[in-house]
Amino acid sequence: MTASDRRRAQAEPGAGGVNRMPGRASGQVMWVVQRLTAMILAVAVTVHLVTIILAVRGGLSAAEIIGRTGGNAAWLGFYAVFALAAGLHGAIGLRGIAAEWLGWRGRGLDALWLALGLLTAGFGIRAALGLYAA
Amino acid sequence: MRDRTHPAWIAFLVHRVSGLLLALFLPLHFWALGQAIAGEAALEGFLRWADNPVLKAAETGLVVLLAAHLAGGLRVLALEFLGWRAAQKSLAAASAGVALAAGLLFLLNVV
Repeated sequence: MTASDRRRAQAEPGAGGVNRMPGRASGQVMWVVQRLTAMILAVAVTVHLVTIILAVRGGLSAAEIIGRTGGNAAWLGFYAVFALAAGLHGAIGLRGIAAEWLGWRGRGLDALWLALGLLTAGFGIRAALGLYAA
Repeated sequence: MRDRTHPAWIAFLVHRVSGLLLALFLPLHFWALGQAIAGEAALEGFLRWADNPVLKAAETGLVVLLAAHLAGGLRVLALEFLGWRAAQKSLAAASAGVALAAGLLFLLNVV
């Protein structure tokens, strides 16, 4: 953080939350993405938990899962958005913890966290595509 | 240290720990699912492999973590965007209730 960054951080009202990292533009973006994905996940995780609890009744079977998701564009869309939101939300959460506990901060690290979030989301979307195509 | 017995601090701690564990589990979850879903037979094989008491106990733990993080997250959003600060303790208690209820429902259905 440069001296001018520090001055800006002090002048900025509302900055300084755990995930915001005072005065850093990428920190502000991360904070906004974290809240937006949280709002998406509030709905998606509720749907996911209800689906899990209903699906495990009488035991899980591949036929039952694929019967629900196979060729179903709505479920594919839901899981793709869910995976993207969860991947980004998890990585940004880890970024905040790493900054607070380990002092890992910086623009380069932010890019790495973002890449990790997108990579995780990619794995999730691959799984969703597998369920759609099965 | 006195503040560490306050419901809001406990709610923060539960949210932090559940978030950390879920964020570490998520890539594994997605990767394993992606590997398993190579047709119905492969998925069925994966489900039969996972069909044992140890993994069911672990899954119940994950459901509780997910429900706790969801309810705790709704609490954070309510505090930040709706300013429900007067309801701090009630929100924390409701979060705990949601997490326990989800875990129990899962356990009752899975066993």
